[in-house]
Amino acid sequence: MIAVAGKRHLVWAPSLGPPDRLLTLLALGLSAVGLLLVWSATRMSGDHALLVRQAVAVGGGLVLMWLVSRVDLRVLRAYVPLAYALALVSLALVLSPLGVRVNGAHSWIVVAPGVQFQPSEFAKVALALAFAVPLGELRDGQRRPGFGGVLLALALAAVPIGLIALQPDLGTMLVFAAMVAGALLVSGAPKRWLLVLVAGAAAAGAAAWQLGLVRPYQLERLLVLVRPGADPGGIGYNAAQARIAIGSGGLSGKGLFNGEQTAGHFVPEQHTDFIFTVAGEELGFAGAALIVLAVFALLWRGLSIARQAGSPYGTVLAGGLVSWIGFQTFMNVGMAVGLMPIVGVPLPFVSYGGSATVAGLVAVGLLQAVHRSKPMQA
Amino acid sequence: MSRARLLVLRLVGVAMLVTLLGRLWFLQVVNGDAYVRAAADVRIRSVALPPTRGQILDVAGRPLVTNNTRPVVTVDAVALAHQPDGGRAVLTRLGEALGQPYRQIAEKVRLCGEGVPQPCWQGSPYEPIPVARDVSVPVALQISERQQDFPGVRTELRPVRVYPHGAQAAHTLGYVQGAQGRDGLEAAYDRELAGRPGRRDVAVDNTGRVTRTLRQDPPVPGNTLVTSIDSRVQSIAEQALGRALAASGGSSGAAVVLESGTGRVVALAGRPAYDPAVWTDGVTAREYEALPLLSQALQGEWAPGSTWKVASVAAAASAGYGLGATYDCPPGYTVGNRVFRNFASADLGLMTMHGALVQSCDTIFYRLADQLWQRGSDALQRTARGFGFGRATGVDLPGEAAGAVPDAASKKAYWRATRAESCDRARKGYPELADRARAAYLTTIARENCRGGGVWRGGDAANLSIGQGGVLVTPLQLARAYAAVANGGTLHSPRVGMKVVRPDGTTVRTITPPVTGRLPASDGTLAFIRQALAQVPRTGTAEGAFDGFPFGKIAVAGKTGTAESFGRRDTSWFASFAPDPAYTVVVVLSEGGMGAEGAAPAAREIWEGILGLRERR
Repeated sequence: MIAVAGKRHLVWAPSLGPPDRLLTLLALGLSAVGLLLVWSATRMSGDHALLVRQAVAVGGGLVLMWLVSRVDLRVLRAYVPLAYALALVSLALVLSPLGVRVNGAHSWIVVAPGVQFQPSEFAKVALALAFAVPLGELRDGQRRPGFGGVLLALALAAVPIGLIALQPDLGTMLVFAAMVAGALLVSGAPKRWLLVLVAGAAAAGAAAWQLGLVRPYQLERLLVLVRPGADPGGIGYNAAQARIAIGSGGLSGKGLFNGEQTAGHFVPEQHTDFIFTVAGEELGFAGAALIVLAVFALLWRGLSIARQAGSPYGTVLAGGLVSWIGFQTFMNVGMAVGLMPIVGVPLPFVSYGGSATVAGLVAVGLLQAVHRSKPMQA
Repeated sequence: MSRARLLVLRLVGVAMLVTLLGRLWFLQVVNGDAYVRAAADVRIRSVALPPTRGQILDVAGRPLVTNNTRPVVTVDAVALAHQPDGGRAVLTRLGEALGQPYRQIAEKVRLCGEGVPQPCWQGSPYEPIPVARDVSVPVALQISERQQDFPGVRTELRPVRVYPHGAQAAHTLGYVQGAQGRDGLEAAYDRELAGRPGRRDVAVDNTGRVTRTLRQDPPVPGNTLVTSIDSRVQSIAEQALGRALAASGGSSGAAVVLESGTGRVVALAGRPAYDPAVWTDGVTAREYEALPLLSQALQGEWAPGSTWKVASVAAAASAGYGLGATYDCPPGYTVGNRVFRNFASADLGLMTMHGALVQSCDTIFYRLADQLWQRGSDALQRTARGFGFGRATGVDLPGEAAGAVPDAASKKAYWRATRAESCDRARKGYPELADRARAAYLTTIARENCRGGGVWRGGDAANLSIGQGGVLVTPLQLARAYAAVANGGTLHSPRVGMKVVRPDGTTVRTITPPVTGRLPASDGTLAFIRQALAQVPRTGTAEGAFDGFPFGKIAVAGKTGTAESFGRRDTSWFASFAPDPAYTVVVVLSEGGMGAEGAAPAAREIWEGILGLRERR
């Protein structure tokens, strides 16, 4: 169980420090680029509904980001058990008849017709918050989490990861695993624990392979990665079309809204998981590299915030958030350029998708909160 | 937090950043050009625009073959492959719309490849695959209006050939398969009729839907072929032939009408025939086997019988026999140890060559041939070849037969080729024949042929002289020989095509039947023959058939022919011509009996039809 601490009311803390302007600027800029790219990716359908929905998500996400950034971490901490419990319930609900299957995975809950959300995106926020509790709330004199803390943290991560494995959503599972690894690393957990974990993960992967738990389509995706020309009409189609779209963009791109591959919708999911192909084709190397650089600048700031956090909790939280956004970005861009197998993860801040957009902006808000919180011991 | 741990994370971040940027650089800058080309390949689809095939018209501009368009439903295999279920749902819906089972459509669009069972699509996967032809317009509209339900499915209008006259002149016209002329005029003038396909480059989206036309080269329509066929005469000839075959019980036949002076073909009728519309919707292998594709007019070969005698008379003249001299026409004439008889063993008494043609005396020609043979003269064969027999006329239609003029060399060659079989028969006899006498006779011949043979004898020459004994002609060959007799001796290579005309009406070229030779006969001989043949329908062998014919209006001259055909009923011939209109009409009825009774009445019907046309004009 998680110990409940702190006061159960929000504090609009005038005592908080100034926000990190660069962080805000980067999140705003990436969201704006995302809107433009979603517009370009969906404009040929003549229906602006997706663009409007994304604009609403960005707007809502920015408001939440602002709100979250103004909450004292100690106050926030009080709501972690609730958030975690809600995340687990909603993850369980997607497996119930309330869940909707999209692209082979049960990962959506329909709230009302046309209003649906993806609990796994919010679970990322909840897990980052909860995971940091046993790793970041150290007893007096303790400088790093002990055996019990690490074990509890892993147990906290195992439940949502298990629920997501049931959907199944390999991409989100990998993001969770990266988040756990990053948070553990910055928490100062003993190296041997980390090594044991890495070894354990490798063993689990090997066992899954041996026991045939890896599904045939996942194998095919790996095969496509190794041999890009394989099966261009079938499983290799996405990968091949994505490379063609990005590659044809050249150094400076064909210009926003001028992408012919984009206009022809040759890349499936080009407004969501493959939004980066739109950037690659229309903005070229210059624009695509700038987007990647912007995300990494944001992460760089995030790591600085982790280092300068006023509390170990803040450090671990920031570490988890940075690992999440960093790994997800690498996966997403990596699969678009043919470096990573195709697993469905959105590009943070840029891809179409309300849940992911809001979750990403809330993560930035949390980073701001960590940045602005005074040292707990002070 | 330890700085070392943070550094690890920063290093991991930098490594990821460098990896992604490096890969992007490689894709976009190093290999960018290749992907630009690949993108164009994916995005641009070239659609071949079929040209309209040229029409085939008759001499008066009436269409013999024209075009119509029909909706065809095609499926784009690539677009289907991009469907989440490989297109199954689309094809199932399409099957419901077309009333075809899913399986049937799926087989049509299945791309051939290793391990793929037939049937499958042999063509390019980027080419629209036709799955249904002759779709009703409502169904075509339904499919084209519900594109969201039928991604990758298109309906387009494709031209098909239309034959306004049905089976008439089917063999002459030929047919089209795919976009290629396969037989008849369609094949002979394919280059001119076909036109040139155009090309349209279109930008497509990933469902194959066209988003934009990038470039368009319109197709060049094919030229029109104007023929010398007169569809009215053709129709008359078809009807006369059909009636004559029905009346005589003949199995097959042909009727040829030529312009005597020019060698142009006015009508070519052949039976059995078929309606070329069968090609429009495709023909199965079994249907193909059953189609009577042989054009009897130029591929059918029969012994010409007495119609051949015009060549024999010319040979006699060239060998020094006086045409006006009198010859005895006894009931029989003995060559070697065999008696060759007149038709019905008639004793016709003394007559000139005129009488020999009019009365169709055989024995005069037997004697003539025997004497020539004894002199070692090949005048009969030489003259026959000079009349254009034994080789194709070179008509502008494919697959023409050559006919045969037997001589010593061909007999020898044939004997050599069949000697083994003869020896085999000499030993075994003909046990399968019920007719004991005939079996014994054939066995005797087989024995002779086994011991030795293949030697050209007087009997062979005698048979040759009356158009029997291995002589074979096609109706077209005989018609052109008679046309030459009529026109004063000029042999033409007949032509059906008369003019190639552009769609705008300007003439590309005019086709003139080339002159291929002159008959080996003097003007006097030809005049003599014409005079004799003029008597045949009036007082000669065709008198009965032409009883009451208005010779004052059309002075038809002609010659009957009755040729024995081994094991079958006689072949019935009538070859005729008139000075005005200067047409030559030849009718042959295989197994049609006597020429005077089968072919001559049919020829009369054609002449009367021609007369009727002229009087109506």
